[in-house]
Amino acid sequence: MAQPGTRLVFAPWNDPEQKPLIQFKNVTKKFGDFVAIDNITLDIYRREFFALLGPSGCGKTTLMRMLAGFEAPTSGTILLDGVDIAPVPPNKRPVNMMFQSYALFPHLSVWDNIAFGLRRSDMPKDQIPARVEDMLRLVRLEKFAKRKPHQISGGQRQRVALARSLAKAPKLLLLDEPLGALDKKLRQDTQFELMDIQEKTGTTFVIVTHDQEEAMTVASRVAVMDHGKMVQIDTPDRIYETPNSVYVADFIGDVNIIEGNVIDTVDGKVSIEWAEGQPRLLGTVGEGVAKGSRVHYAIRPEKVAIATQPPADRANVIEGVVHDIAYLGNISTYKVELPGGRMMKAQVANDRRIARRDITWDDKVWLSFTDTAGVVLLG
Amino acid sequence: MNLRRLFLILTPYAWLLLFFLIPFAIVLKIALSDYAISIPPYTPTLDISAGWEGFKEFVSELDAENFAFLATDALYYTAYLSSLKIALISTVLTLVVAYPIAYGMAQASQEWRPTLMMLVILPFWTSFLIRVYSWIGILSNEGFLNQFLLWTGIINEPLAIMNTQNAVYIGIVYSYLPFMILPIYAALEKLDESLIEAAEDLGCSKISAFWLVTFPLSIPGVIAGCFLVFIPALGEFVIPSLLGGSDTLMIGKVLYEEFFSNRDWPVASAVAVVLLLILIVPIVLFQRNEQRQREANQ
Repeated sequence: MAQPGTRLVFAPWNDPEQKPLIQFKNVTKKFGDFVAIDNITLDIYRREFFALLGPSGCGKTTLMRMLAGFEAPTSGTILLDGVDIAPVPPNKRPVNMMFQSYALFPHLSVWDNIAFGLRRSDMPKDQIPARVEDMLRLVRLEKFAKRKPHQISGGQRQRVALARSLAKAPKLLLLDEPLGALDKKLRQDTQFELMDIQEKTGTTFVIVTHDQEEAMTVASRVAVMDHGKMVQIDTPDRIYETPNSVYVADFIGDVNIIEGNVIDTVDGKVSIEWAEGQPRLLGTVGEGVAKGSRVHYAIRPEKVAIATQPPADRANVIEGVVHDIAYLGNISTYKVELPGGRMMKAQVANDRRIARRDITWDDKVWLSFTDTAGVVLLG
Repeated sequence: MNLRRLFLILTPYAWLLLFFLIPFAIVLKIALSDYAISIPPYTPTLDISAGWEGFKEFVSELDAENFAFLATDALYYTAYLSSLKIALISTVLTLVVAYPIAYGMAQASQEWRPTLMMLVILPFWTSFLIRVYSWIGILSNEGFLNQFLLWTGIINEPLAIMNTQNAVYIGIVYSYLPFMILPIYAALEKLDESLIEAAEDLGCSKISAFWLVTFPLSIPGVIAGCFLVFIPALGEFVIPSLLGGSDTLMIGKVLYEEFFSNRDWPVASAVAVVLLLILIVPIVLFQRNEQRQREANQ
């Protein structure tokens, strides 16, 4: 969530004064011999929209189910508002969850589904209708209150599930792949709606997703997980621009990865030898990179320029031949074969009509990028 | 295409006509006839060689006397009521026994379920008659149950279960248990586990989650099971005649006695026709429940 420059940037994780809402302290979860969560320590702050991102089986859902109370950690502690929640059963936690399958009660109407949690709470009976009406208005479903879940569309069901989980005004809302069942267009609309609702209600959201675009869109911070470990926890822009590992760089978005050896480091600049007879790559020194290290140079395709003439003022210039062009409407991706057979992708915005394009298959081209465009990652 | 369709539609109707409607018409015809000492033991019989005149004469001799007779003799009327009572109570008892079993099966891990299912169906591999007979060996005064209870010292005198209505209840619950377990299990088994988690997440204890979510969603299975037990239990003959003794009055037994002891086919047929009419109500309700289920699943 990029904030306009005049407003205070929302970044409680940088403020040592702030107390986290949720603290995972050395949490490990094993199922038999299988380690689902491997010694995770993590802080999530109030009003955050926190995304857990990773491939299936990486432990993100287990992490969420531990917050809801459906799984107990094998070791370590989870604190909510400074209190250890291990002994608190799911029905006593100020935490609500929106299930991947939505888990709407098929025998109850939309209205009764939303009222379900309120009737189990200590809210006075006469206040329940007003709260349910509020929730229906929030998700714009006033007209469907009397319908049963099987009489409404998938997108509407998703909103009922959201309204039901928000009705009790939980301290923390957990969303398990909430948009997985929606088609792409509806998913994008709903992402913005989710962000709106999160801002309106001021609830802390934790979302589990395997869709990196979704995580980048909605979240204030993204945690990339792999095999039960946290690989990187950072804001979406930093995850994208400065991934801390090849895994993250590769998982998020499209990337060119070039393996090479560091020949020299001077003034924070590093030169990498990556192929016989090719000019060395110039980059910015990354963490732990020293002379002689084996490194991966990661660069996003949109940071690579493509031209029919050798550019004069770029730090890195590589010659190649156009192997393939993917036309995506707003952008085109050029797959360029470098000497030695290696492929490199360059992405260009189509600001001209396609008939005016001056690069075509088998053309000789020059790829270029600055020495700050990519990241140097330890192999 | 149209011929094929016609054939597909006609097949079940032809089946129904051949094996239900024609036999029923014969039974109804006997019910409208009069008792006679002859072979067959009723009159009139249709003489096809007499042609149309013969048919008219045949029809004019039919009457509803036997139905009127059923209404005048208290035996039939009490037998119907007693059958209804026994069928109702044993349906409720079967439900109470079957629900926890079905629930346990649905909670069991995936690899155990086929085995448990097998165990429920296993009794069907033995003859129904033999299984009911063997209950005599268990329930009689010198039976296993009494011997065991006397041996443990819980009782000093053998319990008189055999030849009472209690023995009939035990027999019906035992015999029809699988018919109750299977539909309830089918309903519980397809229940989405996350619904229970959602209920707990929204503040339900495990017990209230059961009553607010699990049980309401299993009701179609409960209804189906109840009908599958109630309908055959109402006309049950073997269990009351083997286990119930002379105490137990059930319409199935009355029917048997009219047919084979009294050889009064017309009255027996009238009893059968009325039994069928009584059963039509629950059968229609059962069909409607099934229909609603199918619609809800779409």
